[in-house]
Amino acid sequence: MPKLPAPPIPPRFLPQPPPPGSQRGRPSTPLQKGAEAGKSAVDWIDERTSLSGGVRWALFRKVPKGTNWFYTLGSATLIAFLSQAVTGVFLAMYYRPDAAGGAYESVRYITNDVFLGQFVRGMHKWGSSVMVILVFLHMGRTFFFGAYKYPRELNWVIGVVLLILTMLMSFTGYLLPFDQRSYWATIVGVNINGTGPLLGPYLSDFLRGGPEFSATTLSRFYSIHMLLVPGAIAAMIGAHLYLVAKLGTTAPPWLRATPEPELVEERL
Amino acid sequence: MAPTRRPSKSKYTADRGIPGAFEGETVTRRRFMTGTAHGAGALATMGFALPALAFAIGPIFKNNSLGWQTVGTPDMFPADNYIPAVIVIAPGLGEAGNSTVYIRARNPSIDTTAPTQFNRWVAISTRCAHLGCPVRWVPASERFICPCHGGVYDLQGVRVGGPPPRPLDRFLTRLHEGYVQVGPRFSVNSELRAFSPRDPGEPLDGIGQYLYPSRPSVRI
Repeated sequence: MPKLPAPPIPPRFLPQPPPPGSQRGRPSTPLQKGAEAGKSAVDWIDERTSLSGGVRWALFRKVPKGTNWFYTLGSATLIAFLSQAVTGVFLAMYYRPDAAGGAYESVRYITNDVFLGQFVRGMHKWGSSVMVILVFLHMGRTFFFGAYKYPRELNWVIGVVLLILTMLMSFTGYLLPFDQRSYWATIVGVNINGTGPLLGPYLSDFLRGGPEFSATTLSRFYSIHMLLVPGAIAAMIGAHLYLVAKLGTTAPPWLRATPEPELVEERL
Repeated sequence: MAPTRRPSKSKYTADRGIPGAFEGETVTRRRFMTGTAHGAGALATMGFALPALAFAIGPIFKNNSLGWQTVGTPDMFPADNYIPAVIVIAPGLGEAGNSTVYIRARNPSIDTTAPTQFNRWVAISTRCAHLGCPVRWVPASERFICPCHGGVYDLQGVRVGGPPPRPLDRFLTRLHEGYVQVGPRFSVNSELRAFSPRDPGEPLDGIGQYLYPSRPSVRI
């Protein structure tokens, strides 16, 4: 089996000859000096971590012919998640999970009084729907392109876990504004969960923190929404991306595979 | 056939020529250290993971009964119509922790269960047996009607239309020092037999009472 060729380095990252007029590559202009300082800082880190190899491994991959815009749906979902994470962190600076009225009041304060509060809350609210839609489009792309087949089954399974975690985020986040819609939607949602036989009733008690919707329920949902599930999603995304980089992407199903000549073993 | 370097491996470390081996020792020190390190790590992890888990699932096992709440005097409640009363079902939650209960006096012509000191008044929960939305008593049609998914119940709280899988829940009632009091909640099946309270959406007829077991948090 011949050795696979190393991933290519893009030309702009290759060593460049010194520009004409400079003294043997010494930086002369302030721009060059700045660039040299940046390079030496990156080199300092790379010499101690060897991260550049990992970056090349993860980013400078060969992609198959026929790669098209549908292949960006996963990255779009990732960006939607990052947007949710960042806006969520900043919403948490003002939000109060106080079921006796403080939660609703703090959301009203974010929306009406905080500078850009309505915008950041709107990003988080609409972004959640965008993320769910993108997750399903990404899943549909994977399914219809057959990208879930060997050796990528595990990545499909991880993706399904991510889908469930995203749904859990939607469910727990819906309660946090703590208005009538949030309250009754959560009552109905928890009761739907309770219709699961045998374990459902106990799972409902776990979600509510007791037999009735109480003040504990809100803080429980808040903790699940901002700590438990985001951490799990981030870890799962890490595993998802590792497998994408390791296994590579698939060609669209309408292209026939024509392997590189040097990769084909001699046939007699 | 290639000669094997260690043809027969004894289980005793002394026989294997390991320096410092004790008589009858079978576990090498390397293995012992590995096992000890893994065991200590597992013990330390469980030291924080198990309490945290118990902390999170503790409410499942904690019984919280709110006791008896006074809702009025006996002359307030007729036998042919429901009177609404407000009780607390979740303390510390303000208005959201209150719930409406519809109460009437026991009417022997329609309430056929044996009279006890706890059913002199019939107290019907407004929690829809479908998914928990608040039902409303409509006196003109003598029906409880749910706004969410169209559940309809008759005067006894028994389902006559829509998706609910069982009748409306009830509360025990009693006369205490001249006042009517509402106590623990209980669920009923379609024959109005009493069960420990179940959450909405869980049927109690046939196999339902076993598929949806009662919970320690509200068992009566």
